Amino acid sequence: MDISLKNVEYRYQVNTPFERLAIQDVSIDIPSGTFLALIGHTGSGKSTVLQHLNALLKPTAGEVVIGERTITSEKKQKDLKAVRQKVAIVFQFPEHQLFEETVEKDICFGPMNFGVNEEEAKRRAHEAIKQVGLDESILQKSPFDLSGGQMRRVAIAGVLAMQPNVIVLDEPTAGLDPRGRKEIMDMFYQLHKERNLSTILVTHSMEDASRYADKIAIMHKGQVYKVGTPLEIFSDPEQLIEMGLDVPEVVKFQQKLEKTFGHKFAKTCLTIEEISQEMPRFLKRGEA
Amino acid sequence: MMEKMIFGRYVPADSVIHRMDPRSKLLIVLLFVCVVFLANNAITYGALVVYTLLMLAMSKVPMRFVFGGLKLVFILIIFTFLMHIFLTREGPVIFELGWFKVYEEGLRQGIFISLRFFLLILITSILTLTTAPIAITDGLESLLGPLKKLKFPVHELALMMSIALRFIPTLMEETDKIMKAQSARGVEFSSGPVKDRVMAIIPLLIPLFVSSFKRAEELATAMEARGYRGGDGRTRYRKLVWSGIDTLMLLLLLALTILLIIFRT
Amino acid sequence: MKNSLVQIRNLSFKYDEHADYALKDVTFDIYEGEWLAIVGHNGSGKSTMAKLLNGLNFPKEGSITVDNLLLSEETVWDIRDKIGMVFQNPDNQFVGTTVQDDVAFGLENHGIEREEMIKRVHDALESVKMEEFLDQEPHHLSGGQKQRVAIAGVLALRPNIIVLDEATSMLDPRGREEVLETIRQLKASQEMTVISITHDLEEAAKADRMIVMNKGQLYREGSPEDIFQLDEELISLGLDIPFPVKMSKMLKALNIPVSKHHLSEEELVEELWTSHSKM
Repeated sequence: MDISLKNVEYRYQVNTPFERLAIQDVSIDIPSGTFLALIGHTGSGKSTVLQHLNALLKPTAGEVVIGERTITSEKKQKDLKAVRQKVAIVFQFPEHQLFEETVEKDICFGPMNFGVNEEEAKRRAHEAIKQVGLDESILQKSPFDLSGGQMRRVAIAGVLAMQPNVIVLDEPTAGLDPRGRKEIMDMFYQLHKERNLSTILVTHSMEDASRYADKIAIMHKGQVYKVGTPLEIFSDPEQLIEMGLDVPEVVKFQQKLEKTFGHKFAKTCLTIEEISQEMPRFLKRGEA
Repeated sequence: MMEKMIFGRYVPADSVIHRMDPRSKLLIVLLFVCVVFLANNAITYGALVVYTLLMLAMSKVPMRFVFGGLKLVFILIIFTFLMHIFLTREGPVIFELGWFKVYEEGLRQGIFISLRFFLLILITSILTLTTAPIAITDGLESLLGPLKKLKFPVHELALMMSIALRFIPTLMEETDKIMKAQSARGVEFSSGPVKDRVMAIIPLLIPLFVSSFKRAEELATAMEARGYRGGDGRTRYRKLVWSGIDTLMLLLLLALTILLIIFRT
Repeated sequence: MKNSLVQIRNLSFKYDEHADYALKDVTFDIYEGEWLAIVGHNGSGKSTMAKLLNGLNFPKEGSITVDNLLLSEETVWDIRDKIGMVFQNPDNQFVGTTVQDDVAFGLENHGIEREEMIKRVHDALESVKMEEFLDQEPHHLSGGQKQRVAIAGVLALRPNIIVLDEATSMLDPRGREEVLETIRQLKASQEMTVISITHDLEEAAKADRMIVMNKGQLYREGSPEDIFQLDEELISLGLDIPFPVKMSKMLKALNIPVSKHHLSEEELVEELWTSHSKM
């Protein structure tokens, strides 16, 4: 399912003294099957953009096209459920949304809200719990007896069980340890590959953005600053650093080497393997 | 409507009334609430109105804001007024239209009681509009101080109030977040049949409770780590300053009270 | 050799509701003026360690001695005076309604005179660069700013040791850097002993010494350089290794001579430069 934002603007608390412009003139195309990373500072408008992707917010100007639906400021929107079933969001710290007596019931909650019958929902719960790397025996436990990391996975399973066409991830690995982070991100990447699931990842981790995304959009002060492939985005690291944003360690390292040696690598490297391959050639020029 | 409500709202500004000690403002409101019942004729009510409007003028809170915010209250006041007009049947009839008669006593009581109601609302609004909630808490703690001797947990109560105030915005944010997360899972909070909407509260309330308990526990740990062990031996960072204007305004109200006692009929 | 400030001996702890020990037979020392990073995956026992240090829980077995004071029910408040804690969640440790009230909270608890409090609140906020936010309410602050206020609250009490219990794990990169920079400056200017409990390996790499926890036990103790030689072992413990170490390893594998697994990019770049430029 394609999603596209066209000149979207959003103001909080319109017509009150607290009115605040959150995003302005935001246009992003997300064709079906894309893995898009949305990066930018806290307060750059990332979360506001994210909430437009499944009509949790309605633009105050411009339009959001989600599949067949067009959402604008004027129209009174009916049946947003259909949109929300197709575009699911994993919010930051999703474990905070758990509430049912058992893990199974909680996972079934989303699908059943969208009209899936109980039997099918349970089948999906079994499938989803395995997807997130937990044992099926956990289904009958109370979500509140689990560890933080397990709760996170259960909440994610609850979203996966809705079987969306597009999944939006708001810093899904915040607060996890390195192993947990890697496992969760690898799982989402695998889903993206296997099912051609459109994935939109809001993240502070430039490593994740460069490793997983095929397109990166940088948000800055409520506007889209730049959209491009990881290579396009990170081949101009100075620009990002000026904005106070990070760049992947590899890019930083390459930059430092280039500065010290006074000559450039043949290309911008995004992985440690790439830069290692380039290294002998780079170092030789230093000797010459 | 809610955005314009002024109940419990604090409007920061720099005015004499804003700078007054919360204790004196609390005392004034308390005394005023008693005194208002002494008034029973034009002179006495007039004096109260003058005093209240004086306070309001000194507070520099825009009149339009105050009266705009009290719209809901006005409806209630008009209702009270009409009740008296219709139901009191004493004294001479001063207006007659078919079966409908307005008695003098009805008009008098209607006006006075509505006025009393209005003055009470206004004076408490002036208190809350000009005093930060935390200052009201401090004032209350200080005024209730003597009750500590009777083992009344004044300090704990004040601390509870201040923590509650501190966490209101945090919990509002949290509510909004959870509502959005559950909406994304297909819950409809604002449309659909009433029964469904009532049921929608559960996936909102349970996570809120769970996180509030967690917050409370972590907060208690953090407080303990910073050496909190109850009110004994604690010093205070916030200091209440009683100044000339506090004494003056209170004396003025006392004078008014005496005036009221003399002139009431 | 620096003086040992805290002695932890054969410490074991078990939560009542769990069957397994959260900490088992842990022994180590904390030295005056050092930055000690305690790392481990979630559930390795590192946060339990923090709670025990401050007497928020009491050990089942073993002992903790802080500055010659044996931790017990009687000494717990004196020990809390010596150890300041900054916790994970920026919101859930902000007690005051404004920044200055929050910093003052600990001082009020200790019965400090008001004049002295005002001075200390200002000094503490100045040292975390938050002096312009005196009357700000917490919901108008960023996570990093709230954590800096929490640090100020600790500083105002003038402890010997500051414990950061995953204090940066809920922050964005900017907030994390703000907090770590604040701590670095404080450590340099005030001779503070810092214990940071973390799973951020980049953060740990900058410490003076590291302790690796695994399944409630002390797995390894040493300088970051020693610890990161463990390499794959760390990954199997659910941790990671910092980029410069990975890079050094990779280069070695390609037969590019690198003397050791460097912990900082600068060092690595420096070595590559010296070995390849002037030949």
